[in-house]
Amino acid sequence: MTPHRSAFLHFLLGRLTLSAIPYDNPIIVWTFVVVAALGAALLATITYHRLWGHLWREWFTSIDHKRIGIMYLVLAIVMLLRGFADAVMMRTQQAIAFGGDLGYLPPHHYDQIFTAHGSIMIFFVAMPLIVGLMNYVMPMQIGARDVAFPFLNNFSFWMTVAGAVLFMLSLFIGDFARTGWLGYPPVSELRQSPGVGVDYYIWGLQIAGVGTLLSGINMVVTILKMRAPGMTLMRMPVFTWAALCSNALIVAAFPILTAALALLALDRYVGTHFFTSSLGGNVMMYINLIWIWGHPEVYILILPMFGVYSEVVATFSGKRLFGYSSMVYATVAIMILSYLVWLHHFFTMGSGADVNSFFALTTMIISIPTGVKIFNWLFTMYRGRVRYDVPMLWTIGFLFTFTIGGMTGVMLSVAPADFMLHNSLFVVAHFHNVIIGGVVFGAFAAINYWFPKAFGFRLDPFWGKVSFWFWLIGFWVAFTPLYVLGLMGVTRRLSHFTDPRLQIWFQIAAVGSVLIFLGILAFLVQVYVSIRRRDALRDATGDPWNGRTLEWSTSSPPPAYNFAFTPLVHDRDAWTDMKRRGFVRPASGFQPIHLPKNTGAGVVLGALSLFCGFGLVWHIWWLAGAAFVGIIAVAIGNSFDTHRDRHVPAEEVDRVEREYRRRLAAQASAP
Amino acid sequence: MSTTIRDTVDADAPQFYCTEEPHPENGTLLGFWIYLMSDCFIFASLFACYAVLGTRYAEGPSPREVFDLPMLAVNTALLLLSSVTFGFAMLAMAKDRRGATLAWLAVAGVCAAGFVGLEVREFAHMIAAGAGPDRSAFLSSFFTLVGTHGLHVTVGILWLATLMVQVARHGLDETNRRRLSCLSMFWHFLDLIWVGVFSFVYLVGVLR
Repeated sequence: MTPHRSAFLHFLLGRLTLSAIPYDNPIIVWTFVVVAALGAALLATITYHRLWGHLWREWFTSIDHKRIGIMYLVLAIVMLLRGFADAVMMRTQQAIAFGGDLGYLPPHHYDQIFTAHGSIMIFFVAMPLIVGLMNYVMPMQIGARDVAFPFLNNFSFWMTVAGAVLFMLSLFIGDFARTGWLGYPPVSELRQSPGVGVDYYIWGLQIAGVGTLLSGINMVVTILKMRAPGMTLMRMPVFTWAALCSNALIVAAFPILTAALALLALDRYVGTHFFTSSLGGNVMMYINLIWIWGHPEVYILILPMFGVYSEVVATFSGKRLFGYSSMVYATVAIMILSYLVWLHHFFTMGSGADVNSFFALTTMIISIPTGVKIFNWLFTMYRGRVRYDVPMLWTIGFLFTFTIGGMTGVMLSVAPADFMLHNSLFVVAHFHNVIIGGVVFGAFAAINYWFPKAFGFRLDPFWGKVSFWFWLIGFWVAFTPLYVLGLMGVTRRLSHFTDPRLQIWFQIAAVGSVLIFLGILAFLVQVYVSIRRRDALRDATGDPWNGRTLEWSTSSPPPAYNFAFTPLVHDRDAWTDMKRRGFVRPASGFQPIHLPKNTGAGVVLGALSLFCGFGLVWHIWWLAGAAFVGIIAVAIGNSFDTHRDRHVPAEEVDRVEREYRRRLAAQASAP
Repeated sequence: MSTTIRDTVDADAPQFYCTEEPHPENGTLLGFWIYLMSDCFIFASLFACYAVLGTRYAEGPSPREVFDLPMLAVNTALLLLSSVTFGFAMLAMAKDRRGATLAWLAVAGVCAAGFVGLEVREFAHMIAAGAGPDRSAFLSSFFTLVGTHGLHVTVGILWLATLMVQVARHGLDETNRRRLSCLSMFWHFLDLIWVGVFSFVYLVGVLR
């Protein structure tokens, strides 16, 4: 901050000055130019086609769980491109920065990149992926018209977006945290990180965290209260079971993240001594708290994907899922155990052999229910008529990749071994192995599986297979070298190396990241080609894969109300049961359907939260205060709005359903 | 066109859809209950911090030197009174008496405001005496735990005032009854947290 700034300017802009814009860094300037050009092109296209009104009315303000789900997925894919750009930059730097060559990234920039990569990939790629999928699929699987709190759902989404925007702003205004993705103190404390980076990190996550927590509560209530008649808990599809456990974990874990980050914020803003190295603060308190959230978090991410694989394996093997009950109990067991393993992230804390043994044992035990699941999937395929469509390829790729990732996890759970491997590239290789092999592969399986449900046409299988093979091979080429380097004792988060014998491994890893890049590119091509070829890929039936659960009993895309009549469930795999026993689509007796009205309050609250967060980051107190008062005022004002319902008239339902039956009949009579 | 499909009806096939619209139970109370449990985790984290850091005085004041037990007794009595009177408001609501409901809500709100006022006074005294949250880890965790509870009570008062306006305007309709039930849970939840703060922070603190 320049000393000659006037008091007024300081009041107006806090610590924001022109020097906060990194115009002297060519990498960021070019990033900005590209992002600005793409953004301008996108905005111009939307304006040219006069889509703003449509987007606002039909999407941004929508409280339809299906549209919100799709918006979450779009957010995740956009942020995946950002997070992956960070990954490529790191791989390039590490492949060249040996000996006299310092590479192209100075350490302070490199540190921001690995922090941004980790936090963006977890909070703004993986989380929106699973929340989006659960939003889209789960209500239809239980035969519901929407979630329990539709407005809250829209609000949650916009809070997640506000957090993501705050993260992205840090790229061009000021800088980002240099602390690693969990913001460990004391390096994240004011003395060591006086800039705005850690503040961007804290407030971005706090704002998005509100959305995540509310969405978790929303989904738990939806599953417990809104199942169709006859759908007992033990008749729920496994994806819905996984969603229940995952959201229960969100409710139990995210408040602890909120608390830990709030305490760190107090240290930085108020001068408290929770995690400082002076006046009684205790750094390990933060590290315990953050991992009491952090370990359940990885199961929050993987459980829904286990659900996806269960649906895909059963559908593409043409069989009931093997061992439904054991799958449910395994999911619940993992949910509980995931809360009892957090200390394995820092065996080196020095808590003694007894404590370390306890957490080592719980960590090893958690591999048992996971193993049960792997065998259930294999036995489902056994003697099934397996169809190797794209979702099934991803599932098989997962079974292979994730099992190896799980085994390296068991290696790390051995506390004495962990003392050697702690903070090494072996750890980096392990968690990428389970998160890419589990969560990312699951997301692609899910997107390929449910895309025809959401848009009425399948994704092009050729480009889907290209994407799959590039990802699978690219993953192994990129991360096997890191296992090797980790066993050699190379630590993570280094931007420069001296030993030239290591370089070849980093170069191989860089080749792997290029292969993964081609995999992402192939996915984008797949979407583009599929939209161009949508008439050839059209699915008129709504059930292109011979699905087993209720979402496949609707048209593709489903009407806003999902089901003209609420289904009555008699068995697991309700839709298979209906098909087997000659379900006939009702042709009369339609009634008006009650749905909630769209509202812009979620967008407004998200935008105000963004302003509040930006004000807090830059110490622009009037902005933060005004935005905060605005949030409360809008929330209270919104509670006075009691006209939130609309009705879809019976004639409209009749017309939509007649049109769907006509398409079904045309499909049936086609040669 | 649907007749061709209709020919295949199996006479024994069960009904696969509800002809009458089922009315799922409103999930708000359950949802709010789950929210309270998540809030409980925030307080659990803060209690854990206090348990770990509560004896780190950093050569600053100890609990015995800064806690004012007589004032605390008044404070606690106010909060408990507020909880009881909120209970009376809910009883009046059950009897459909709007005026009595509003009156008891007002009493509950005033008691809670008194509680917050006394707490602010206590904090101001401590900070003035050099025992602010930046003095030691003990005081950091004390101010944060007690302050977070106080912040919750403040939000509760704001919410209470909003609901009083809504009850005055629309009467005790279904929406307002549901909202009052949620606030009631919130109110008693905060009371419960205070019992924990009172015993664990203040009483154990002065015994140290």
